[in-house]
Amino acid sequence: MRVELVKRPQHSKLFSALSPLIALALTLLCGAAIFAALGKNPAEGLYFYFIDPLREVWSLHELAVKAGPLILIAVGLSVCYLSNNWNIGAEGQFIIGAIAGASLPVLLPDFQSPVVLPLMLIFGMLGGAAYASIPAFLKTRFGTNEILTSLMLVYVAQLFLDWLVRGPWRDPAGNNFPLTRRFHPDAVLPEIMPTSGSAHWGIVFALVAAVVVWFLVSRTIKGFEVRVLGASPRAGRFAGFSGKRMVFFAFLLSGALAGLAGISEVSGAIGYLQPVISPGYGFTAIIVAFLGRLNPLGIVAAGFVLALTYLGGEAAQISLGMSDKVARVFQGMLLFFVLGCDTLIHYRVRFAGRGDSMAEAR
Amino acid sequence: MSQVSAEGDPALLETRKLTKVFGAVTACDAIDLRIARGEIHALLGENGAGKSTLVKMLFGSLEPTAGEVLWKGTPTRIASPAEARRLGIGMVFQHFSLFEALTAAQNIALALPDRTPIATIAERARTLSTGYGLPLDPQSLVADLSVGERQRIEIIRCLLQEPELIILDEPTSVLTPQEADRLFETLLRLRGEGKSILYISHRLDEVKRICDAATVLRHGKVVAHCDPRDETAGSLARMMVGTEVHAIRRSDAPLLTGGEALLEINQLSRPPATPFAIPLRNVDLQVRAGEIVGIAGVAGNGQSELFEALSGETLQPDAAAIRIGGRDAGQLTISERRLLGSAFVPEERLGHGAAPRLRLSENLLLSRHRTDRNAFLGRLGIVFSGAIQLASQRITKSMDVRKSAADPEAAALSGGNLQKFIIGRELDRQPSVLVVNQPTWGVDAGAAARIRQALIELARNGSAVLVISQDLDELFEIADAIAVMHDGRLSAPLPRSEATFEAIGLLMGGAEPGHAGRAGEAA
Repeated sequence: MRVELVKRPQHSKLFSALSPLIALALTLLCGAAIFAALGKNPAEGLYFYFIDPLREVWSLHELAVKAGPLILIAVGLSVCYLSNNWNIGAEGQFIIGAIAGASLPVLLPDFQSPVVLPLMLIFGMLGGAAYASIPAFLKTRFGTNEILTSLMLVYVAQLFLDWLVRGPWRDPAGNNFPLTRRFHPDAVLPEIMPTSGSAHWGIVFALVAAVVVWFLVSRTIKGFEVRVLGASPRAGRFAGFSGKRMVFFAFLLSGALAGLAGISEVSGAIGYLQPVISPGYGFTAIIVAFLGRLNPLGIVAAGFVLALTYLGGEAAQISLGMSDKVARVFQGMLLFFVLGCDTLIHYRVRFAGRGDSMAEAR
Repeated sequence: MSQVSAEGDPALLETRKLTKVFGAVTACDAIDLRIARGEIHALLGENGAGKSTLVKMLFGSLEPTAGEVLWKGTPTRIASPAEARRLGIGMVFQHFSLFEALTAAQNIALALPDRTPIATIAERARTLSTGYGLPLDPQSLVADLSVGERQRIEIIRCLLQEPELIILDEPTSVLTPQEADRLFETLLRLRGEGKSILYISHRLDEVKRICDAATVLRHGKVVAHCDPRDETAGSLARMMVGTEVHAIRRSDAPLLTGGEALLEINQLSRPPATPFAIPLRNVDLQVRAGEIVGIAGVAGNGQSELFEALSGETLQPDAAAIRIGGRDAGQLTISERRLLGSAFVPEERLGHGAAPRLRLSENLLLSRHRTDRNAFLGRLGIVFSGAIQLASQRITKSMDVRKSAADPEAAALSGGNLQKFIIGRELDRQPSVLVVNQPTWGVDAGAAARIRQALIELARNGSAVLVISQDLDELFEIADAIAVMHDGRLSAPLPRSEATFEAIGLLMGGAEPGHAGRAGEAA
């Protein structure tokens, strides 16, 4: 028997909606198999991984803390990917945004006022956008591949942060730990419901950004420009849209949102700068963007799913004694299956009969 | 229909009830075809009649759903192109597969299975090329060759495999009349050697001239087997189309002479953008209100470059090189040129004139978001999808665009229907200047007639229309004057009353523009 992929005349709406769910189901199936192979009870493993973190209010707050940056970054990336700009460097833009925003409370600790926090958020966005403009400039000016340049700039940003917190920005009163001074209260992003858990305003920023970008992409001429230039650059030029300006628009927007995520995380969840401030949000957000079908509203749902893999990873580590790398495995499988299932949107599977395969062999 | 009657007279190739079904569509429905030895057999049909599907089955790139193929009287299954070649079937495709950066000989060597030294191949290619009247230097770089010469490489590549049946897919669509004549001599010589040729074309005069037999397809079925020499071009066209071809109504009333020049091209030059692009050299042309000017020429002589310069997809250093409606436009973007009242229809439908994965209504917005901003866009650039849907329905109705859904993706439409939509999209604006590149390329006869009629009506209502086309019949049908593009140069336009096929053909082949008049008189 032979399996054939036959191109559909129109892309399938059904499978557009179904493919993330199929991918999720396949991920759970393979996850169960991995638990079994590791000698754990698969049902128990999946329970600790995906159900247990949802049972307590405080851990729902944790979920929102993790989902916030993922959604914020992924919403920006969706505009990049829809316009065919492959920004892989959101992790770096996240870090530079955090550094730019943190510069205020770290360098000017005596400047304490209600305007500090808004300024920090603006600095964060500007920092992320400025950092994202580098690959955009290189792409438009020299034709470099933005996948490579944006990715390489991630490592530059990580090492820059590492150097800052060990060197010039290290807290003089911090016993030589590689940390900056703790942010003063005016520089801390408040929690939404301090009585019940730790979720801060980052998740609200994320939800607002998702709605705004959804409206932009699906209802305005700018969104039309994004989609046309992404799907068909030559038709976009014929429409009078500029591909180069779109490169900057997409990179600056996604850089700003990643920077906002960075400063929100540092000021809302951590409270100071340290050598590592992200468990790979910038990369995980790529999975979120695709799992959400590059639709900002879908991304909100996908962001919570991926946030759950982080919490589940921690839970599995504690309850089952598994490596925390299990979270990465689940995230990787999810991306793999999402991209694989996307084939079903444009193709349908046909099983050719035995006769054909005999003939083929001849 | 004799079976294996030894050396008697079995057909070289015969198909019986050959059928190919794609999903719900029967592309080929019980096709019977019989090609004798030493025969040039024409396969006629409109676009979408099933010609390509049939040929792909004969060449082993598609598997028939039902029916059988008999090769020299023996039922044969042709599983792959390699097997077709082993049997002795060669094919020259309409779209060449050549590497421009390699020499002719290297390109030929790439297609041969064995590791024959390249010098041997060059030698054999040279022998073949002189033997069959296909002049070609095997050492020349493909990039430097004309389309006709590139086709010769394909033909020689095919002949090196010593086929008994050669399939030619629309071989003259890219050739000048003179190049086509040379090709016909080669084909006749091949026939003289007992080789058979399956000749796919929709140029009826050619078929009448060189073919011994014809099979006509319509909607996937054989509608006639005939001897084209006994038919007229009109009767052949009727068989292909099914009804009388819709004649274009064209008032022969003289032009509003002295109309205002709405599109002016002054000494337009453009360096080549890529190593394989054609530079434009001092192009001069005026198109007046109420007239259609045609630009003839073999593909790849600078027509696309001219179109891009006119549309504003590339800008000119000299603003006065292009003037639209009396205003310098060389430095204006495509949107600004549209705001001056001009409209553009590029050659490529999918991916240039329309985005394949966008809906028709969205593709309407593609070229009109600036000119119809007030109607289609609100504050903050919010798109009024209702207004666009309505406009899109108006266009599909007025241009008779046939579609499967209310608002399908552009890629779901047939070429002809999408082209009608794209042209309708621009006409709906009543542009004062329309520049259209290959308006009916790959479009069926009915849609082509509709499009040509619409272009004529636009001009008669006082717009200036510039039509770039490879189809000489089309230009003679609709244009008031015809200029010829060759190697980036544009000849002076000849009024239609003075233009002849001969004169235009010579210019297409590169004769000096100054001699055009004389050549015309000689003809």
